[in-house]
Amino acid sequence: MKKNAEITINEQWCKSCEICVAFCPQKVYEMGRFYPKIVRPEDCTACMLCEKLCPDFAITVTVPDKIEKSQ
Amino acid sequence: MDYLQYLRKDKMPHIWCDGCGHGIVLKSILRVIDKLGWDKNNIAMISGIGCSSRTPGYVDFNTLHTTHGRGLTFATGLKIARPDLHVIVVSGDGDATAIGGNHFIHAARRNIDISVIIYNNYIYGMTGGQVSPTTPGGKKASTTPYGNPDTPFDISRLAQAAGAAYVARSTAFHVGKMDRYIEQAFTKTGFSVVEVLTPCPTSYGRRNKEGRGVDMLMYQKQNSIGIEQAKGKTAEELKGKYITGVFVDKEQADYRQRYDEVIKKASKLNK
Ligand SMILES: Cc1ncc(C[n+]2csc(CCOP(=O)(O)OP(=O)(O)O)c2C)c(N)n1
Ligand code: SF4
Ligand code: SF4
Ligand code: SF4
Repeated sequence: MKKNAEITINEQWCKSCEICVAFCPQKVYEMGRFYPKIVRPEDCTACMLCEKLCPDFAITVTVPDKIEKSQ
Repeated sequence: MDYLQYLRKDKMPHIWCDGCGHGIVLKSILRVIDKLGWDKNNIAMISGIGCSSRTPGYVDFNTLHTTHGRGLTFATGLKIARPDLHVIVVSGDGDATAIGGNHFIHAARRNIDISVIIYNNYIYGMTGGQVSPTTPGGKKASTTPYGNPDTPFDISRLAQAAGAAYVARSTAFHVGKMDRYIEQAFTKTGFSVVEVLTPCPTSYGRRNKEGRGVDMLMYQKQNSIGIEQAKGKTAEELKGKYITGVFVDKEQADYRQRYDEVIKKASKLNK
């Protein structure tokens, strides 16, 4: 079974710049009242673009395969 | 990848504004360090003053936050005393090419084995948006409210002319290129420069009606062109475009090798 990547947003560090919302090729995010909401996590391809572009170290995308391998 | 292992977590969140590109550049630096497997204790990161120059305050390496424009002078002393360290200087366009302009060209000429990452946002971000040597002609700054009458420096061409061993330019948006160039710079022996074009929505974007950080990154995405593709295009065709790529990548004796020669000669004469 395909496992989805796990996305977390650290709201303590997020500054609501909306960069993740604008550039995710899969439209995984939508902007909420203060923070982005992860609305389509199942569409995430773990391309890591949102994690690399988030200027505030607020996004972590974890790929399950890699976790399994490293354990 | 775990960025937090390289950060001083008690100093986070950082001071950079929402949508500021500086955090994107810092992440790229950390990814490259992680890929190269460098020991944190063998890295020294040095800066002058500015928003960009705040970077060393957030990283868990040996760090120096010095005076405006003088990061390279401290770095030069350190590299000569401790050639075993990976010495990285981070700087802004104002820090590197206005007050620190002379240090920059002479460090390049000397070809000392230091890597400089210049966060070029075309403005003095920290102090509220005064014009910088890279503000494009016609653009507004707090000190040029009717538009900048000056011709901007092209930092990469300047470094190239001054004799750097490696020079490349990326945008903050093009993370793949940025990683590649920073890795090439970090592994180069000699003076290496990566100029990263990065949005300052607060002090530059707002005044020039370029929108938020996200809009400025979108502009970078849509208006960048490689050096090769830019060849043969007219100035008119390249107006408003960001030219990115590797400008210089050459082998030449670095300062340490040349200085060792001097020591050899001098010790023979004084025997
Ligand atoms: C000797 C000295 N002169 C002036 C200043 C004020 N000052 C602080 S930051 C700065 C400009 C920084 O611009 P830049 O290097 O482009 O960095 P940015 O803030 O845009 O990242 C200036 C002029 C200072 N701190 N020290
Ligand atoms: S890119 Fe980062 S800081 Fe910006 S809105 Fe998304 S999570 Fe928040
Ligand atoms: S990893 Fe890629 S696909 Fe997944 S949320 Fe981030 S940008 Fe979207
Ligand atoms: S003033 Fe500009 S350069 Fe400084 S943190 Fe804000 S957006 Fe970034």
